[in-house]
Amino acid sequence: MSGQGKDLDRREFIGRAAKAGLGVAAVGALAWWGYDGKGPDATSGAAPSVKLPSYAVRGRERRLAIVKSSHRVPALRAGLEALGGLGAFVGAGQRVLIKVNAAFASPPALCATSNPELVAELVRLCKKAGAREVIVTDNPINDPASCFELSGIGPAARAAGARVMLPHPAAFASYSLPGGRLIQNWPLLWGPLEGVDRVIGLAPVKDHHRSQASATMKNWYGLLGGRRNVFHQDINGIISELGRMVTPSLVIADGVVSLARNGPTGGSLEDLKPTGTMILGTDQVAVDSVAVGLLGLSPSQVAWLGLAQKAGVGTTDYQALKPRLVELG
Amino acid sequence: MKITTARRISQAFFLALFLWFCVVATVGERLWQLRGWPVNWFLELDPLTGLTTLIAGGSLYSGLLWGAATLALTLLLGRFFCGWVCPFGAMHHFIGWLGNHSKDPKERARRNAPHPAQQIKYFLLAFFLGAAASDLAARLLLGQGAAFAAGAIAIALVLAATRKGQGRDFYFIAVGVLLALWAVWSMAAPRGGASLLAGLLDPIPLASRSVNLALLPLADMPLRIAWPEPRFYQGAAMIGAIFLAFLLLNLWRPRFFCRYVCPTGALFGLLARFSLYKVGKREARCGGCMDCEALCEGACRPAGRLRPQECVLCLNCLSECPESAITYRPKPSAAGEVAPDLSRRRVLAGLGVGLAAPPLLGLGGLLGPNWDPRLIRPPGSLPEGEFLRRCLRCGQCMRVCPTGVLQPAGPSFGLEALWTPVLNNTIGTSGCQPRCVACSHICPSAAIRPISLAEKLGQGEYAAQGPIRLGTAFVDRGRCLPWAMDRPCIVCQENCPVSPKAIFTRVAYQTVISGLSAGEAGGGELAVSGRALRPGALATGDYYLVAGEVRARIRANTNAALSLEPGPGWHTPTPGSPVAVQVRLQRPYVDPARCIGCGICQHECPVSGKRAIRVSAENATREPRHSLLLKGAGPH
Repeated sequence: MSGQGKDLDRREFIGRAAKAGLGVAAVGALAWWGYDGKGPDATSGAAPSVKLPSYAVRGRERRLAIVKSSHRVPALRAGLEALGGLGAFVGAGQRVLIKVNAAFASPPALCATSNPELVAELVRLCKKAGAREVIVTDNPINDPASCFELSGIGPAARAAGARVMLPHPAAFASYSLPGGRLIQNWPLLWGPLEGVDRVIGLAPVKDHHRSQASATMKNWYGLLGGRRNVFHQDINGIISELGRMVTPSLVIADGVVSLARNGPTGGSLEDLKPTGTMILGTDQVAVDSVAVGLLGLSPSQVAWLGLAQKAGVGTTDYQALKPRLVELG
Repeated sequence: MKITTARRISQAFFLALFLWFCVVATVGERLWQLRGWPVNWFLELDPLTGLTTLIAGGSLYSGLLWGAATLALTLLLGRFFCGWVCPFGAMHHFIGWLGNHSKDPKERARRNAPHPAQQIKYFLLAFFLGAAASDLAARLLLGQGAAFAAGAIAIALVLAATRKGQGRDFYFIAVGVLLALWAVWSMAAPRGGASLLAGLLDPIPLASRSVNLALLPLADMPLRIAWPEPRFYQGAAMIGAIFLAFLLLNLWRPRFFCRYVCPTGALFGLLARFSLYKVGKREARCGGCMDCEALCEGACRPAGRLRPQECVLCLNCLSECPESAITYRPKPSAAGEVAPDLSRRRVLAGLGVGLAAPPLLGLGGLLGPNWDPRLIRPPGSLPEGEFLRRCLRCGQCMRVCPTGVLQPAGPSFGLEALWTPVLNNTIGTSGCQPRCVACSHICPSAAIRPISLAEKLGQGEYAAQGPIRLGTAFVDRGRCLPWAMDRPCIVCQENCPVSPKAIFTRVAYQTVISGLSAGEAGGGELAVSGRALRPGALATGDYYLVAGEVRARIRANTNAALSLEPGPGWHTPTPGSPVAVQVRLQRPYVDPARCIGCGICQHECPVSGKRAIRVSAENATREPRHSLLLKGAGPH
């Protein structure tokens, strides 16, 4: 700074003018960079979108096994054996996602969630078949951490060597079902799905007041995020779209004990019914068609099965698949 | 090792332990989860929490006994808690040091000089004790009859009149006595009660609340250790802002909160006057360098006549005195001591205002006719009056709640309920989970008494009394999709966790397209005319064609034809006869005899703003006055 009253010397003037010029240029550049004459459009802030591949195993289509047993783990083993062994579906070095039903913070005895022993056994079998990583996930209805702990699925899966992935805002990506009506730009639990080679659905057979029954197709509901409950306005439509959304490697419906009433939450042992059946297959419509029979329904009574069949997800005529029947007693 | 180094290690250790306890208060069995960590230990060590709950609630609950140990040690050592243990004190100490250590020693000594405002904390203590005691006082006085009360007040008035008036102090005592009088009178009406207002400024509840509800949720967002999903607390900004303000005030005056505000410090101060060991000068005279005062945390004038009640035992004076003139011994300072600069009358006024506060707050009628049905308390909560006498507002229940449904009550719930736990079923990850009793076991003062799962669910020995109800769900038929908008839904019914479900449905067929007439039937299809249909729109499985009294479910539709699934009694309508399309609606109803008020239905309701089914506190187990149903008069 020059002293007061002194004339500005040239050097100082040039220096100050340069600084001022730089300042003006910076303000101008910032304004140019940030200028927006139109304002934001309606779609701003949309999440990046993802696509779901088919997880079906080639050459294993249209397979179905029905195991009669009052014990889950032997039923699982026998059923997989009847389908040609888990090795037919899971190969060495693969990453396998097991989508369980962990919707409610309720103990395993109430059968509102996938049975933890069954989950653990499936994890072990996947590992034995050579899977590099087994991921167990769900986006439950009740508090996620509590659901995985109280249902016993979390501890059992971890003990068996699986990685349990809980939902988190960052784990969701936007998804649109090609040709879908309901699932459009909807948050999908993408984090656990990212990079997996195989997807296995493992769901209990349950009563459901709105959709009549809940088994392996409705189980994919737990891959949706957002305020997904709005889809209950068209429950049959959403279940059939869920069937279209996921083409699994294998689905397993556990009806050894079914939640026959007061579903899908249950809450009392009196809501359970020993139905002694486990259904395994690659056609989810066929598997669920057998499953609804455990609840005393015929496939033609269940609207979402008809819609899914019409959409080409599978067939309700499960006898056409020549199911392998195994009786364990 | 210098004694001040030992003190710093102790402060750092206890601050880290306090923060660790805040982090691990997560339900779970892993090392960084709750397991058996004594997460309430600091709250229990704070004797003001014990004392105020003892006075207001009538018992010293469980771990609050630790406070007696703190008080006993204070009688031996002085305010060791403030300088060596208190995690809030350690934060103030550190920030005060940051803001002041580079300043000129003279300026620092000026900031550390005793100030009359240090009295404020004693008045606050008196106020909080008064607020806690108002119910007890009323019961003691009125228990002996109104005459006794009037007599006691008359004696107080006479005593006051005979003491020589000291200017404005006269007004203080007049106000105090008038307020005490008012308090006692108000108490005769059943709208008073005590209130544990102390928790608002009691340092450990304040720090717990601030860390649990503001600091930790912010810090954990990217880390996801305490919660797997981001955690939200309504009104956390105010809680965090007060915390931040108290921390920043240290830049102006070191240990601002401890010197002027802390009611627990005041309680310690009253005892520290009589403590066995004290800081003090060996000789009355010293070099007068004032180094000690530049470093004094408590503003207790170590260079001159010491104020032992203000000394927080930082021991900077003892450690830094170039002449080693200061010592810690069972003898008063050689330079003399100054008792608290407290006017008995002002303390009395503080007590009087405190006594009057709960009845004044009670005028809002929260405990009476104006009870707030939004005040849905956690399971196991005591009736509202007793709840307010015990709740510390420490935020532990809200911290441990796995779903985050427990939220600090905002000012709209009344000042007496500020920051106490209330269920907000739209926030968090779920309503109150039926199989969880975490809040009742963490509550350090038993405002939420410890309950077992069997008691909460009404099982085993509790089967006869039934489950603990938090309130009742009510369907808002103006917002509910099947009730108001002809859309099927019943998400609430699906998610009701009670067996048999407390939400049941009744089927209604509602005509949505009328003015149609039947056409030709053939090939499983029926042609309709009169109105063009939107192709596929009726294929959801929820639509029916009604002809006369019978219906057939619509499987698919084009713009002029329907594919039908005939039901029992169905016969193809004659061409030209009127037909209509109906939607099958399952409309939800709540059975109040089964509803436990868990709020899961409200949380899941797809009407995402103001939900179409909402819980309010009617019929909550804890308040028999608010019960809804006549026993034995229901249909089931």
